[in-house]
Amino acid sequence: MPSLAEIGPPLLLTAALALVATLLLLVIGTPIAWWLARTQSRWREPIAALVALPLVLPPTVIGFYLLIAFGPNGPGGGLASLWGARTLAFSFEGLVLGSVIYSLPFMTQPIRIAFEAIGSEPLEAAATLGAKRWPTFSRVIVPEARAGFITGTILTFAHTVGEFGVVLMIGGNVPGKTKVLSIAIYDFVERGEWAKAHWVSAGMVLFAFVVVTATMVIDRRFGRLTG
Amino acid sequence: MRFSRRLLLGLAVVTVAAGSLTPAFAATVTAAVAANFTKVAEQLGADFKAATGNDVQFSFGATGALYTQITQGAPFDLFLSADDKRTATAIKDGFGVEGTDFTYAIGKVVLYSPSVDLTDGAAVLSAGAFQHIAIADPKAAPYGAAAMAVLDKLGLIAAVTPKIVTGENITQTLQFVDTSNAELGFVAASQVVGKPTTAVWAPPQDDYPPIRQNAVLLKVGAGNDAAKAFLDYLKSDAAIKVITAAGYSVN
Repeated sequence: MPSLAEIGPPLLLTAALALVATLLLLVIGTPIAWWLARTQSRWREPIAALVALPLVLPPTVIGFYLLIAFGPNGPGGGLASLWGARTLAFSFEGLVLGSVIYSLPFMTQPIRIAFEAIGSEPLEAAATLGAKRWPTFSRVIVPEARAGFITGTILTFAHTVGEFGVVLMIGGNVPGKTKVLSIAIYDFVERGEWAKAHWVSAGMVLFAFVVVTATMVIDRRFGRLTG
Repeated sequence: MRFSRRLLLGLAVVTVAAGSLTPAFAATVTAAVAANFTKVAEQLGADFKAATGNDVQFSFGATGALYTQITQGAPFDLFLSADDKRTATAIKDGFGVEGTDFTYAIGKVVLYSPSVDLTDGAAVLSAGAFQHIAIADPKAAPYGAAAMAVLDKLGLIAAVTPKIVTGENITQTLQFVDTSNAELGFVAASQVVGKPTTAVWAPPQDDYPPIRQNAVLLKVGAGNDAAKAFLDYLKSDAAIKVITAAGYSVN
């Protein structure tokens, strides 16, 4: 069984990464989902495809581009220099950015479908009753689309917890900063410490089971909302 | 149903056609090869094919990962490890054929940087004016272990450890340096052959245990004559020339 010193930091780091990425994606993903659900623009499909790309691209492709973009010669290096670093790679901030990109469709897709399901009548009714934009959003749209938000949040959190390829390519396996659970498991396997790998892997299986069950229950209760 | 039958027929035709493209007598050798030997192995594989007509299919990876796959029944005829431990373990655990292991190359670990002048690499390491130094996972990759031995010899383990970023294998370690995400890194000499002398610092060979890279015939390949022929080819003068030109030494 792995010691607490071995498993504690990766566990906390994974939870922190998934939490930060999920909160950021709620903020970023909601307007994107709204636009995709409502717009008549001819750019809708290309933009929707762009958002969905991480679903089909291998993590190595995203990881490779990020590794180059994060370096001192890429835009990430410029961003990192704001706090005195040379690169976004090997840092928690870099993993957050990578996770936001990689998990984007898991947040936007369920919310978009929930927004589309609302239809225009509740919005027209709210407008007729004189509701302003923000109250309409917070008191009509969000409650109506809550199943989409819940599903998106759970899927995003879980997907970030399960992320491996992108983190492997940009993380550099730094304890406490980028060594997340999936990487810790990979290390155990590669070093032949299989008993430890078994423990953590079994934990992950249990976690995944709970998450998938939860989304299915929500899906059943609110109907046709997972995309 | 008719459609799927036609599909099956089509598949069968394609399979036969593809099969007929390979020469009748050529055999295929599958080899699991340590990542640091990638370029040399490809060169040797091409030379071997030219000489014998036999194909060698390489699977490159971290030595530790490859050995894990072998223990789980990966269909490799040969194992070219980056150390002499895992080949010994392979024989002990019944995956390798006894008496077939030998040292095909002795590796050198070097410090490499495209941006920092490494004429005096030890001084650069002591000064510590860098944010990230890339090293292959010391527990899984022999070159990573060698790098840690060098740092230990310089008394710099404690000072450098917070700056270490770990490559999953030696190829990824070089990738971190090549993309400038890490300013410098310990890689295999073979990976940076032909780079300017100021970009590469070779620590004294006595500072780390020699990286004896051993090969072994696996039980899977015990009946494959082409696999044995490739092992013999690795000991030939022609192969040794390629191996030493790539920055390794031999026995």
